Amino acid sequence: MEASTVAHIAGSGLDKKTLLNFLHQMLLIRKFEDKSAELYARGKIAGFLHLYNGQEASAVGAISTLSEQDLLITHYRDHGYAIARGMDVNRCMAELLGKATGVAKGRGGSMHFFDASLGMLGGWAIVAGHMPLAVGLGLASNYLAKRQVVLCIFGDGATNNGYFHEALNMAKLWKVPVVFLCENNLYGMGTAVHRASAVVEMIRKAAPYDIPAERVDGMDVLAVRAATAKAVEHARRGDGPYFLEVVTYRFRGHSMADPILYRDKAEVEEWKQRDPIVIFRARLEQEGLLSPQELEQIERETDELVVEAVRFAEESPDPPLTDLYEDIYASP
Amino acid sequence: MPMITYREALNQALREEMARDERVLIFGEDVVAYGGAYGVTSNLVKEFGEKRVMDTPIAELGIGGTAVGAAMGGLRPVAELMTINFALLASDAIINHAAKVLHMFGGQMSVPLVFRMVGGGGAQLASTHSQSLEPMFAHVPGIKVVMPATPADAKGLLKSAIRDENPVLFIEHALLYRVRGEVPEGEYLIPLGKAEVKREGSDITLVAYSRSTLVALEAADRLSQEGIEAEVVDLRTLRPLDIETVLTSVRKTNRAVTVEEAWRTYGIGAEVASRIQEEAFDYLDAPIRRVAGVEVPLPYAKNLEQAAIPDAGRVVEAVKQLFARTAA
Repeated sequence: MEASTVAHIAGSGLDKKTLLNFLHQMLLIRKFEDKSAELYARGKIAGFLHLYNGQEASAVGAISTLSEQDLLITHYRDHGYAIARGMDVNRCMAELLGKATGVAKGRGGSMHFFDASLGMLGGWAIVAGHMPLAVGLGLASNYLAKRQVVLCIFGDGATNNGYFHEALNMAKLWKVPVVFLCENNLYGMGTAVHRASAVVEMIRKAAPYDIPAERVDGMDVLAVRAATAKAVEHARRGDGPYFLEVVTYRFRGHSMADPILYRDKAEVEEWKQRDPIVIFRARLEQEGLLSPQELEQIERETDELVVEAVRFAEESPDPPLTDLYEDIYASP
Repeated sequence: MPMITYREALNQALREEMARDERVLIFGEDVVAYGGAYGVTSNLVKEFGEKRVMDTPIAELGIGGTAVGAAMGGLRPVAELMTINFALLASDAIINHAAKVLHMFGGQMSVPLVFRMVGGGGAQLASTHSQSLEPMFAHVPGIKVVMPATPADAKGLLKSAIRDENPVLFIEHALLYRVRGEVPEGEYLIPLGKAEVKREGSDITLVAYSRSTLVALEAADRLSQEGIEAEVVDLRTLRPLDIETVLTSVRKTNRAVTVEEAWRTYGIGAEVASRIQEEAFDYLDAPIRRVAGVEVPLPYAKNLEQAAIPDAGRVVEAVKQLFARTAA
């Protein structure tokens, strides 16, 4: 399962501010997830809670390539994408606590983060079900000549579903500007890739549809960024869809309800040696781009953002009962 | 007023709405060169081009999801799923996605789209191509379900469905496409969620929709010859259900029979009967009867299929039984 590393900091073409912001975002996601786990254990967050620890480089690297008008549509392990797209962490946390101030007014919970103003169009919880939606968004982008690129993120589990194949076929047929980003974290819930998929390299599944594809190291934020930038450019040029396989690993269970009986601790520990945040921080330090003071500042800022998010969420009101009947139908 | 077919009325509605709003596009199975499996989209590609009339693969999961995405992206798609039987494959996109977007994401976005399909039996297409599955979809809040019985309603309701901000399932009937009727030219809109009294009468209310409305009207003519004047209420939209028009009629006639092709159990008639007894119990002089599809998969053989679908004779019989019961 080795994947290629394509970029080094020297060749990334990114300025220091951008690079430090990547570290900031990854740390913020990690801390948001750790705090969510804690609040779930304390009974403040209910339902299913799927955490993103270990996969932060994928969200941060990929989403950094989108421009303001581009669209993002993802599966249900969606906190990281929301934060990387710049969604308000206060309102994200409020959503987890089921509050009126949440990003979906407390109706969607963890799996359904959404912010139309930022082009973050969910948070979808039927595996692979959002993939044809991405095709439809791409179709609309072409139809209305918007030059919007749609980044569609899903997991390895989705690739075994009929939706995946219908979506890829239509995407290529209609040359829609969709970047399909498959986060291969080696498990669909608790089932290892080789137990669910006849082909264990996800990029091979793009080949039948003649969609250009690339496999990338998902623990390297700059590698993900470089590959996605190329894919986005391809789509924006009007050359149609692109497929990325981002090889990554989730450090926590599938959800908070997962006792993780299906993978051994040695494997988890081995992947933790490749923690995308630790690796990136070390590289920044080696390149002389991150002083101890700068690191301390980023740590402090991200800590504060999470503390403030929890405070905001806890102090927010529950949705009023009258909200139960709102937004079932849109008025003309 | 011009006399045109149900098929032509639908085609007219599509043409007018496409001319009116550039965001309206048609996509679905065999809508371009073939002109739609039932000819409804015929010739539209000549007028609007392949950008606005698009063939899709035979892939209902993809069609359903693509329609939802296109609506979220700012278009007003009219997606043709060919038949309601195939809509089962798209039901995840319809029920889990289209019906949920507005509510689940906090009211940020609606999905204005129409899924067109044919439903019902009677064309000897056997059990997987003849079903009346509308109760399944009408069960779900967040979508609207429309089933026109006449050419004029087909036009007026389809135009309203395309302009609606919500996902609408527009279910046509295979045996109605050739039916002719007077249809107003140009702008003609019928609001969704409004039933219509198709025939006035004082003795009993027949509640029907889609082709069953014609069955009920035929039954009413036959009953009239025997001195029973039936009022026929055509629901036209199953969700939202216009129960008020039904109740007004029942308060006048004091009796009701529902008529539908769908299976009786958990059907539209069951809902209507329940609402009548909840809200107009004191007005009833007799139990409500349901005439519905026989609860079997629809067979191919003509005699067997006909025996499974309600006809005017069964409606007349049900009504006469009610009167016999209350007279005794």
